Amino acid sequence: MSLSVNIEKKLGEFQLRVEFETSGALLALLGASGSGKSVTLRCIAGLLRPDRGRIVLNGRVLFDSAAGIDLPPQRRRVGYLFQSCALIPHRTVVQNVELGLFDLPRRERRAEALAWLERFQLSRYADSLPAVLSGGERQRAALARTLAARPEALLLDEPFSALDDFLKWQLELELARTLEDYGGDAILVTHSRDEVCRLAQTVCVLDEGRSEALCSTAELMSAPGTLAAALLSGCRNVSPVTVLPDGRLRCDAWGWTLPARPVPEGLVCVGIRAHSLRPGPGPVSLECRVDRVIDNVFSDIYLLRTPNSKLLHMELSKEFSLPAGVSVSVHISPDEILLLTAS
Amino acid sequence: MDLFPLWNSLRIAGISALLVFFVGVAAAYYASRAPRLVKGALDVALTLPLVLPPTVVGYLLILLLGPNRVLGSFALREFGVRLLMQWWSAVFAVSAVVFPLMYRTARAAFESFDEDLADAGRTLGLSNTRVFWTIRMPACRQGILAGVVLAFARALGEYGATSMLVGFIPGKTATVATQVAFLWQNQGGTPEGQRALLFWICVNVAISAAVLITVNLLERRPHRL
Repeated sequence: MSLSVNIEKKLGEFQLRVEFETSGALLALLGASGSGKSVTLRCIAGLLRPDRGRIVLNGRVLFDSAAGIDLPPQRRRVGYLFQSCALIPHRTVVQNVELGLFDLPRRERRAEALAWLERFQLSRYADSLPAVLSGGERQRAALARTLAARPEALLLDEPFSALDDFLKWQLELELARTLEDYGGDAILVTHSRDEVCRLAQTVCVLDEGRSEALCSTAELMSAPGTLAAALLSGCRNVSPVTVLPDGRLRCDAWGWTLPARPVPEGLVCVGIRAHSLRPGPGPVSLECRVDRVIDNVFSDIYLLRTPNSKLLHMELSKEFSLPAGVSVSVHISPDEILLLTAS
Repeated sequence: MDLFPLWNSLRIAGISALLVFFVGVAAAYYASRAPRLVKGALDVALTLPLVLPPTVVGYLLILLLGPNRVLGSFALREFGVRLLMQWWSAVFAVSAVVFPLMYRTARAAFESFDEDLADAGRTLGLSNTRVFWTIRMPACRQGILAGVVLAFARALGEYGATSMLVGFIPGKTATVATQVAFLWQNQGGTPEGQRALLFWICVNVAISAAVLITVNLLERRPHRL
């Protein structure tokens, strides 16, 4: 089980340059909208042709610009789950699933399609048109249809984005189970850090068409490495940084000087997660004033005014309760400071 | 009452609609996927017959199909067939005039088609031909059918180009439209003439109304996601 992708494509002003390799697990492609996630998936599926590069799935070359190979989507054996579900509106649910089974004899086709619907608890809708399904059911039907064609790789293009929170959660659980059974390579495209952490082990950050090095989801949270990765992983506080002659780091946005640390080459920013900030004095602390308190359901988010009147976000559990207007000293443990390069 | 003009109009319109269906769908499909410049040029060229006076279209066809012209002389020499003044010559005239209706409605249908559906079919392994016939055409069927019906309706009423290509020969090339013109010019003053006119007008209105009702029904979209 392996999928290796190394492609370039120019679309107008936009330049895509993506490189990654995955083997038998779910890889998340994390990027803001317009970062080229869907274009990447379309290139892998053969729906778009890259300008240059190579795509190899389980030893089969799907695309190789140098060798002049470009398999049509029909021969790639790559399943694609569309954001819009792309269920054929004039075919019943079971007929939709049968689409991927057209090489079987008619009767077996229906039996097989029904078995897939059974697995996704959609049997009672077999002979209904997709229009009667709810959003989550549609996405499940689309997933059944995709899997029924027995693809060697599975591409999931923001499958949850059209769903409300509760359905999303249910579908996520179901997808996680399905992927365990599936065992092949799968790529999940998303802009949500939470989905990445819950579903994937490995993540590839896409920043304006460029892929960054793969990292584990744990690394994405503890040491995102680049500014884009930090922002996508939900880091709320980011400041440009100057390394002082004595090695200390001056955060230009907040007027906060942090202790010296070994810095990576090309350091441009420092990131501090909202939950890394703690109230109370410490070795590395800053005097702030509480500007606003935002109720974040199970925690509070404090907008803190720094001495040079910029904002810092701090997230605290409900047991702290600082009123707006009070002065508070906040500190951070030095190993929670994120050192970020441009890309 | 001799019903030949009705029968003749129906068969001419039927054949034209069928012809225009295939050519129009092919042209519309091609145009909907063509680069913008090609599409613009195609659009102008293929819509022209809609806005040109039918007599001009008729005259251009005579330049092509007349016994001394390129196609006309070829048909006469090779098959001994005259392309003008036959009942089926009207098919040329009518098809040329109604083609843009089919083309434009089908193109609009193809352009509003959700390409994800075709892409889904292709990633599921369906050949491009299969995707076209089992996914794209059925999904666009309402628009395409509306185009056929509109083309048929307009074909029934075509007068200008038809009269230039086939004139008016009772029992041979007469259509409802040319019959009405003939009656008005020659017997418009007599009571029998006026009765005949009224009859043909009623026939015309009834058929047209039926067709437009059909189009309206087709334009309702019951199964949209």
